[in-house]
Amino acid sequence: MAHTENEILEGLAEIVNEETGVATEDVKLEKSFTDDLDIDSISMMTIVVNAEEKFDVRIPDEEVKNLATVGDAVKYIEGAQN
Amino acid sequence: MPAPRSRVAVTGLGTVSPLGGDVTSTWEAALAGTSTARTFDNDWKERYGLSVDFACQLVPGALDSLSRPESRKLDPSGQYSMVAAREAWADAGAPEVDPDRLGVVVGTGIGGIWTTLDQWDVVRERGARRVNPFTVPMLMANGSAAQISMELGARAGAHTPVSACASGAEAVALGMGMIRDGRADMVVVGGTEASIHPMTIAAFANIRALSGRVDDPEHASRPYDVDRDGFVLGEGAAILVLESEEHATARGARVYAYASGRGMASDAHHISAPSADGQSRAVREAMEDADLSPSDIVHVNAHGTSTPLGDIGELRAVSDALDGVTDQVVVTSTKSMTGHLLGGAGALESLFSALASYHRIAPPTINIENLDPETPMRIAQNAPAELPGGDIAVLNNAFGFGGHDIAVVFTSA
Repeated sequence: MAHTENEILEGLAEIVNEETGVATEDVKLEKSFTDDLDIDSISMMTIVVNAEEKFDVRIPDEEVKNLATVGDAVKYIEGAQN
Repeated sequence: MPAPRSRVAVTGLGTVSPLGGDVTSTWEAALAGTSTARTFDNDWKERYGLSVDFACQLVPGALDSLSRPESRKLDPSGQYSMVAAREAWADAGAPEVDPDRLGVVVGTGIGGIWTTLDQWDVVRERGARRVNPFTVPMLMANGSAAQISMELGARAGAHTPVSACASGAEAVALGMGMIRDGRADMVVVGGTEASIHPMTIAAFANIRALSGRVDDPEHASRPYDVDRDGFVLGEGAAILVLESEEHATARGARVYAYASGRGMASDAHHISAPSADGQSRAVREAMEDADLSPSDIVHVNAHGTSTPLGDIGELRAVSDALDGVTDQVVVTSTKSMTGHLLGGAGALESLFSALASYHRIAPPTINIENLDPETPMRIAQNAPAELPGGDIAVLNNAFGFGGHDIAVVFTSA
């Protein structure tokens, strides 16, 4: 069953919190992973690997650099589910 | 003529050990003669057919100060050393120092064995894509030294001696060198190990190194007792802050002891069997380096792992290096309480040696019911032993598979 945008945001926020300590409420659609949330490239890969498992999707490495904001990631995951 | 080399002061201590989550609780439990060996609270024995199902595990709650994201990016061995390093640095007064004059030397016997094996399981069970991207920084043996250098902003050099069970003491010895060579004013040194894992236990059991006293684990680690039958695996980390005497004096630092002499020898003999010759040479070198006479040594924190051959062989080697002048010496093996921390052992025992000198008391060797009549030196049997006032010196030994022999001499402050 496909996850809604809200479910994906919530799930992603949990992963980001787990990996980096950033509070879940700070993980908002408009936030930039690097500039706002201070997430480095290895942590980003960890988040991607965990998100793939959680939402049963594949996020190719060449796509990861395009996921600048939380919203980009949510949108990509939402589309990749179908 | 070369400039006179700096004396090396010990000005900060930190540990997480089976005895306690910090230095104070660890030292109190050591003086109280506490055994920490326990049967595992898990199914490893049944599930994997382990012949040995006990060890000295880290005291519960010792890592509570780490945040969850911190823990997730550090192998257990890195978690132990980070908590111990923070305590040691705070204990030294957390001074503002020139980053280019602050160094790190933290050794380990194995490194991130849990991470290595866990992630291999991930590859096999869930595929390559699921492997944690932090795996390499977590498993690498130099991870602890690197993480601590970042934590403290230490830029004079971060090093990782890997010499099995001598690693922690070798870190102390190499840190002394950094200060004497003028590379640093302060060096954070120590050792860490987190290898209580079914594979490690099986491997040590199969090389016949571990005690098999499964029905009475609390009394299994019994150095110098006639019925000793091998070591008990332990885990944890210990960190010491070394500092040049000038630097320590200038900032009014408390000095626990001076790290005054070091000896480093290799046996070139056998990959796992000890050699009295190498051990004796290391102790002699440390004595000469510290410019001490045998009669100055009042206490030895011995390697003493509780193996039938090793314990007595070591004391014969020490006695030989001290030219038989040992009546004033009391020996202890704190491994009787902590188990064997492998790469953490030499660091924890150096920490105990500095504290013994500072507090003028030697912790006990517990579990001695029948002292081996071959024991050539006096042991602090089952009770702590007071050390004399005045100028005293304490010797710490650590020996590792591969024939690595390290001796460090601490003198009173």
